[in-house]
Amino acid sequence: MIDERLLHILADSFWKILLPGIKTTIPLTALAFSFALIIAVITALIQFAHIKGLTQLARFYIWVVRGTPLLVQLYVIFYGLPGIGIVINPFPCAVAVFAVNEGAYCAETMRAALEAVPYGQIEAGYCVGMSYLQIMRRIVLPQAFRTAFPPLSNSLIAMVKDTSLAANITVLEMFMATQRIVARTYEPLALYIEVALIYLIFSTVLTQLQHAGEKKLNRYTLRGGK
Amino acid sequence: MMILSVQDLRKSFDGQEILKGISLHVDKGEVITIIGPSGAGKTTALRCINFLEEADSGTMDFDGETFTFGNVTKKDIARLHRKTVFVFQNFNLFLNKTALQNVTEGLIIARHIPKTQAEDTGKKMLDKVGLAARYDYYPNQLSGGQQQRVAIARALATKPEIIFFDEPTSALDPELTGEVLSVIKALAQEGMTMVVVTHEMSFARSVSTRVIFMENGTVVERGSAEELFNHPQEERTKAFLSSITNR
Repeated sequence: MIDERLLHILADSFWKILLPGIKTTIPLTALAFSFALIIAVITALIQFAHIKGLTQLARFYIWVVRGTPLLVQLYVIFYGLPGIGIVINPFPCAVAVFAVNEGAYCAETMRAALEAVPYGQIEAGYCVGMSYLQIMRRIVLPQAFRTAFPPLSNSLIAMVKDTSLAANITVLEMFMATQRIVARTYEPLALYIEVALIYLIFSTVLTQLQHAGEKKLNRYTLRGGK
Repeated sequence: MMILSVQDLRKSFDGQEILKGISLHVDKGEVITIIGPSGAGKTTALRCINFLEEADSGTMDFDGETFTFGNVTKKDIARLHRKTVFVFQNFNLFLNKTALQNVTEGLIIARHIPKTQAEDTGKKMLDKVGLAARYDYYPNQLSGGQQQRVAIARALATKPEIIFFDEPTSALDPELTGEVLSVIKALAQEGMTMVVVTHEMSFARSVSTRVIFMENGTVVERGSAEELFNHPQEERTKAFLSSITNR
């Protein structure tokens, strides 16, 4: 049976965990994912257009970032760089590392989505006088985003949870807040389950948003048929 | 008056010569059909002429300008595409745009025509190909024949000097080819200059001012529809035509 003291701790800690969630986890995710998308689109477009030199650079970036652990990347930047005189505050450091890390994965998602757009539409664009950039912006990218939307949603949900790693570089987000309460109350099981449930709520909201977004984007696919 | 003339067009893929020196000319208002067996190089020739494929050598005069194949700049390509347009076997409609948007996209974005004016033109063109009731349909909501007619409307809206058709009915179910061919026939009667690669022999016979028979990367024979279909001179032309009619 759950005793009254534990219930009280759980109720009391709910807001203490949720608050850093709202103040840190959400802004961290929103900022990092926005930058990640920008990095991803640029990296994918460079490869799609086979821009000499930059394509190799893009592949190198993806190779390094995907080939090393996110936690190690956080440590190198936050604890390593001060050794050569570069000190970054915890929050911007977390935003940068998460953006660069997720950018590499999302770049591959975007590249696949760009390549899935039938090439004939690009030729048709040229034939009605459009330039390459006009075709990309008006025809190819909108369709690529539709294709990439579910896997990008995956990445976003994964990032919400991965932000708990930022606790390791002293960012006071939900997981660190929980750890502190555990240290005070000695109720690890209940409290870690509680924070897990809060992450689940966040993910559930995002999943619902994904469904709504897909419905909106479906208008020109077969499922949106009249 | 001559609008297009191609001399000695050559193209190889992976060391294999697909076009072995094609020459042809088109006068304004003519409908040229190119016929021949699969693998003859018909589509490749048409794509090279519209700079969708980079040819290796040869020259082309179009509307008073001379282009040298193998030495064509991006500006040349853009300039040519202001005056020509291409209708594809697989339609290649913009899938994220409605029928009307497919027609107006090139006008608004590439030619900077005001939106309302572009939409007027777009509707007129869709009406012309019999799709007045389908302005707001996306390509995936249309049949193949309807999609190809949208593609033709999109081509017409750019007011081209010449339209290239690459097997415009080959991807269609047999019962849908008629609606597309009749649109092309109507254009021919209006005097639109067109070059059509086709496997539809009765269509070629009825619509062409001249017919070109290609095989194995070369032009084997050319002439009026009457000459080529009723009195072919070359053995290969005769063999091809009889293989088709005896099917």
